[in-house]
Amino acid sequence: MLRNITIGQYMARDSIIHNMDPRIKIVITIMMITALFFIDSFSGYGLFFLSVLVIISLSRIPLLRIIKGLRPVLFLVMLTLILHVFFTRGGEVIWQWGFISIEAEGLYTGFFMVTRIVLLIIFTSLLTLTTSPLELTDGIEYLLSPLKRVGVPASELAMMMTIALRFIPTLLEEADKIMKAQMARGADFESGNIVKRARNLIPLLVPLFISAFRRADDLALAMESRCYHGGEGRTRLYELKVKGTDFAALGVALLLCMVFIYF
Amino acid sequence: MLIELKNVSHIYDDDLKGTEALKDINLRISDQEFIGLVGHTGSGKSTLVQMLNGLIKPSSGSVIIDGVNITGEKTSLLGIRRKIGLVFQYPEHQLFEETVYGDVAFGPRNLGLSEEEVELRVKEALELVGLDYEEFKDRSPFNLSGGQQRKVAIAGVLAMKPEVLILDEPSAGLDPQGRQQLISLLEYLYNNKGMTIILVSHRMEEIARLSNRVIVMSEGEIVFDDSPARVFSEVEKIRELGLDLPEITEILWRLNGKGLRVRTDIFSLAEAVEEISRELRGSSKC
Repeated sequence: MLRNITIGQYMARDSIIHNMDPRIKIVITIMMITALFFIDSFSGYGLFFLSVLVIISLSRIPLLRIIKGLRPVLFLVMLTLILHVFFTRGGEVIWQWGFISIEAEGLYTGFFMVTRIVLLIIFTSLLTLTTSPLELTDGIEYLLSPLKRVGVPASELAMMMTIALRFIPTLLEEADKIMKAQMARGADFESGNIVKRARNLIPLLVPLFISAFRRADDLALAMESRCYHGGEGRTRLYELKVKGTDFAALGVALLLCMVFIYF
Repeated sequence: MLIELKNVSHIYDDDLKGTEALKDINLRISDQEFIGLVGHTGSGKSTLVQMLNGLIKPSSGSVIIDGVNITGEKTSLLGIRRKIGLVFQYPEHQLFEETVYGDVAFGPRNLGLSEEEVELRVKEALELVGLDYEEFKDRSPFNLSGGQQRKVAIAGVLAMKPEVLILDEPSAGLDPQGRQQLISLLEYLYNNKGMTIILVSHRMEEIARLSNRVIVMSEGEIVFDDSPARVFSEVEKIRELGLDLPEITEILWRLNGKGLRVRTDIFSLAEAVEEISRELRGSSKC
């Protein structure tokens, strides 16, 4: 049921990629993704794919796992392909049946777009696969901290994100449990029209909200009793440090981006 | 009613390591049994229990209830859930209605009963758990004490009039008085309502006192399936599995170790006192 929804997909490994500074990883991801949109040939994609493969092998994440991660976007990918193949006009007509036709241009753009989406997803999932949500928020907090001067509450935002991330699996588990408990009392979550289904969700949602509020209350109390008072003057257990590999990686990424943008 | 599990194995879909939560379980549960199901966390108790009313379908093997294989595609699970009531851990977390009445009526209404019948059942279920119908029916379940909330939740399952009642750690987090009331309720349901009861608990005293059959699980397998006296005489193995002995058994065993020849298959306090004093009187005469 709800068990197979994973949001934090982090896979703990001891690899160069995992041990990189999350800030650098975020910056590199943003750079590479931006560059991805400048690529205008399949050979460019080839190079991009090659660099992705290198990162994957360095990260020791099984290839299968990454392919599995593409499953949720399969629909989007197929839709893109179909739309382009059937509706983009131009070039040689490859196949025709009545008013439906497949033309060379459509086929080309279709596969071009699909490759772009797939590479985009793989690259971003590499970030979340090799960086724990905690490191990720830490990184985001640092990257946002210059904005503190203009009034962006960076550390509060980071704290909220950390808490939200932390409670997603807990709430999913809770939802699963409540759902089962109500099903044991004969509740039906799977049939009927939309209105009926929505009504049937009440026995799930009310207890879920109550438990979320209860958890929030408990957490606030626990934080207060440990004297939490926002990000001001808060020190860290693990300081983020930029190492040699980080600079090297950043350099390589910059070089690659330049290649993608200018060629 | 007969519940039968044949070669049941289960692996959770999201388990990447592929560990079996249940390994080739064979089990028969007949009418009028009071089963204590024990095992440490992760031994497969919860999976087993949820399988009995079709909330989890086994990866392989079959679950047969009253001659009907519920693992098949087209079985009416509502019928099964009417016959087999399941009270989850912390059942008060499932309360959602504005009134106690509404919440207890949820199950019977899902069964499609008439409103008169629903009312009768709610009344009966609330009285069973020891809550006064007139006093509680219009109150909000969220303004009750924890113990009362749990009673309401249990009443919600009882109102479906199950033939088999399964309870997963029903006494967790209750105060001693609440626990005592719960034990009395289970005794009453078993003795007077003829229900088959499956009790999952870590409190061996409860298990030893109430059940007439104890099933011990470990790592997805049934390790023991026997009378409480026999199971709890396997002192070494029980400890090895990370489980406790009932306090009384523990004391009797230790006395035995010190050379006092007392019987160790006693689970009620009064009998234990009698046995020890009998033995002490006997030995002082020598």
